[in-house]
Amino acid sequence: MRVMANVAMVMNLDKCIGCHTCSVTCKQVWTNRPGTEYVYFNNVETKPGVGYPRRYEDQEQWRGGWALDKKGRLQLKAGGRLRKLLTIFYNPDLPTIDDYGDPWTYDYQTVIDAPLGTPNPSAHSISALTGRDMTVQWGSNFDDDLAGAPRHAAGDPNLSGLEERVRMEFEQVFMFYLPRICEHCLNPSCVASCPSGAMYKRSEDGIVLVDQDRCRGWRMCVSGCPYKKVYFNHRTGKAEKCTFCFPRIEAGQPTVCSETCVGRLRYLGLFLYDADKVLDAAATPDEQGLYEAQLGVFLDPEDPEVRAAAAADGIPHDWIEAARRSPVYQLAVRHRVALPLHPEYRTLPMVWYIPPLSPVADVVNATGYDADRPDDVFATIDSLRIPVEYLANLFTAGDPAPIRRVLRKLAAVRAIQRAGQLGLDLDEDLPASVGASDEELDDLYRLLAIAKYEERYVIPPAHAEEAGRLMGQHEQLFCSLDTDGGPGMGGHGISSYRPTGTPGSPQTFEAEDGRTRFNLLGWSGKGQAPGLFPDRGAVSAHDPAEGGLA
Amino acid sequence: MNTTTAQIFWWVALPYFALGVFVVGHVWRWRYDQFGWTSRSTQLQERRRLKWGAPLFHYGTFAAIAGHVIGVLIPQSWTKAIGIPESGYRWFSAAAGTVAAVLVIGGIVILATRRLFVPRVRATTAPIDYVALTLLLIIVFTGIAPTIGINLLGGGYDYRTSVAPWFRGLFSGSPDVQAIAHAPVIYQVHATAAWLIWAIWPFSRLVHAWSYPVWYLWRPYIVFRSRVASHPNEPGTGGRKWRKIGVPY
Ligand code: SF4
Ligand code: SF4
Repeated sequence: MRVMANVAMVMNLDKCIGCHTCSVTCKQVWTNRPGTEYVYFNNVETKPGVGYPRRYEDQEQWRGGWALDKKGRLQLKAGGRLRKLLTIFYNPDLPTIDDYGDPWTYDYQTVIDAPLGTPNPSAHSISALTGRDMTVQWGSNFDDDLAGAPRHAAGDPNLSGLEERVRMEFEQVFMFYLPRICEHCLNPSCVASCPSGAMYKRSEDGIVLVDQDRCRGWRMCVSGCPYKKVYFNHRTGKAEKCTFCFPRIEAGQPTVCSETCVGRLRYLGLFLYDADKVLDAAATPDEQGLYEAQLGVFLDPEDPEVRAAAAADGIPHDWIEAARRSPVYQLAVRHRVALPLHPEYRTLPMVWYIPPLSPVADVVNATGYDADRPDDVFATIDSLRIPVEYLANLFTAGDPAPIRRVLRKLAAVRAIQRAGQLGLDLDEDLPASVGASDEELDDLYRLLAIAKYEERYVIPPAHAEEAGRLMGQHEQLFCSLDTDGGPGMGGHGISSYRPTGTPGSPQTFEAEDGRTRFNLLGWSGKGQAPGLFPDRGAVSAHDPAEGGLA
Repeated sequence: MNTTTAQIFWWVALPYFALGVFVVGHVWRWRYDQFGWTSRSTQLQERRRLKWGAPLFHYGTFAAIAGHVIGVLIPQSWTKAIGIPESGYRWFSAAAGTVAAVLVIGGIVILATRRLFVPRVRATTAPIDYVALTLLLIIVFTGIAPTIGINLLGGGYDYRTSVAPWFRGLFSGSPDVQAIAHAPVIYQVHATAAWLIWAIWPFSRLVHAWSYPVWYLWRPYIVFRSRVASHPNEPGTGGRKWRKIGVPY
């Protein structure tokens, strides 16, 4: 047993209202810069729908993730190392920008400058790739809320095998949202596909990152990730991906998408897992066995042996304690209501989902029953093929049994709470019929419905004794993310340290207070030192408070 | 015959200068611009032409480089010594050279068209890329014309007794200036452009050639790394002492 820790996320899909707040805040923090216009570390897809990029889930087309070869060994689906090196000049499996959508903006100036008059001016769309006029054809969320569903929804790879029935029963239409980030997989195929070795999994917390200095732009990771969560920055020529907001996680704070989630549906916590079992689990012969196999990799932090082994493997005490309080472990292992997204890709993803009850409730409503009556819901869960099979294609490689079990459990929690609130009679066998005790269902209710911030996000900060090692980053005068082409937002705080003046001349920079200051580092001691001392006039013009000091 | 200053400059000083820039430039860029060290692939923007152009060009170039090693670095006396007759060598080099030439020319024509006429690709092109592309085109065409025109179809020209000794001489410290100075003009242009591209190599995207990741063949698939502190950047530099990203847009 080799114990390692991995930060993980669980999302409760019933609560997602598809507001895209998570995508927007994530984008503002991480990908609000040229070259990453089309990049969404977090995106929210309407399901059924084709996703982003289009049809990314069809691995027969994109060949991401892993597959078993004829002898049952685990191989990258896109082929082995030699094949990767030979196809490095042209990667046959790479999506093009049109699969994501040519990123565009509008020529707002025309509208702003338009003279008063009757004809309404209109703003042209301009491609961010070329700066030229373009016709918008496709982009992220073009099929949001089932827009254009008759045309697009059938392209959803999860509907394969169901299409005929869905078309026939379109009055039974259902819909939900699927927010997606990088899965920070235990067996990441992006890392395995990177020929440069620039991608890595952090041994402390399992976060998967791209080393921007070592990436050489071979773009194998982009096609290697079956979830298409590595993106190619078209200006820097480097791959970028969701960072699990590691600077925040290191400080014990939740990711930006979790922090800002309107539905408060995201949970963050640790999993302890046995690193020695990962490859065997990923090589499970039966695709439908992968869910159970991955559960088998996780270790129970309540087990004293596991805790001793974890301590022996150098996992700090507070991390082990945090693992015991981990909401993601509770949801995925104890209550078994969270499921991995597309386990059949064999990457052992670490962002899990509580499947939504709403598609079932929608159908119950549509057929005229009362969606609040557990019997109706149960009967529907048992008899419905769609959307249960659809959910199974998403979360269990097509096995409907775990989906039914989870949905029944969620329905039971609702029924019990409803009966309690309204003073209704309740079938005493209900908890047992979903394989849980009263207390367990009560715990689950608390976790799903009323868990507070500290219970939803249990993130142990990066270690104090490691702070010395990290000091370099902490003591910097400015954000370490503010590099050229890096994710700095370019607002006041960050741009303040952008160099001013021409290269080669004395280095000055614009400081927080708007004053130009002189950089003594690298000054030869000869020549001018502009901005070394404040210029009185300039200071008072800028900031009356400081002017008073002078 | 006396060697003129111009000849010394052209056939001795320029090559050594280019070599110097090549070496120092690479050391400097490797140390200061890891972030800019990339192939700058444009496959995301355009894939249809790249699908043919890139493999043709790269594999053709490998063949051409192999040909140069055989033809220029290995002295004629060596091939004679192992019993390869001159006619046999000539025939082989013309035939193999022509195959490589066709590959390279097909590739570079597709790639150059793509770079110049596909707006999405053109937008990612920096001035240094145009310089490199121009030099590459000159090198390819002046390299292919004699291969096909003189050695395959024409009477043949023995560059192994003129251009090659001069080139090897540069590395042994006694370049035979007269040999190259009296070679046909097309060889001279070819050699000059080749030196120039050595000089701009470290400053262009061509550096990606040195990063061809052969070690991927031996590496374990999953890479783990510990969280470590990196050196803070010098304030005001953003850690990068190289041209800004994305300026030509
Ligand atoms: S989901 Fe994330 S960790 Fe998994 S393969 Fe894709 S990029 Fe890598
Ligand atoms: S912010 Fe929350 S509720 Fe809104 S789309 Fe994102 S995950 Fe869903």
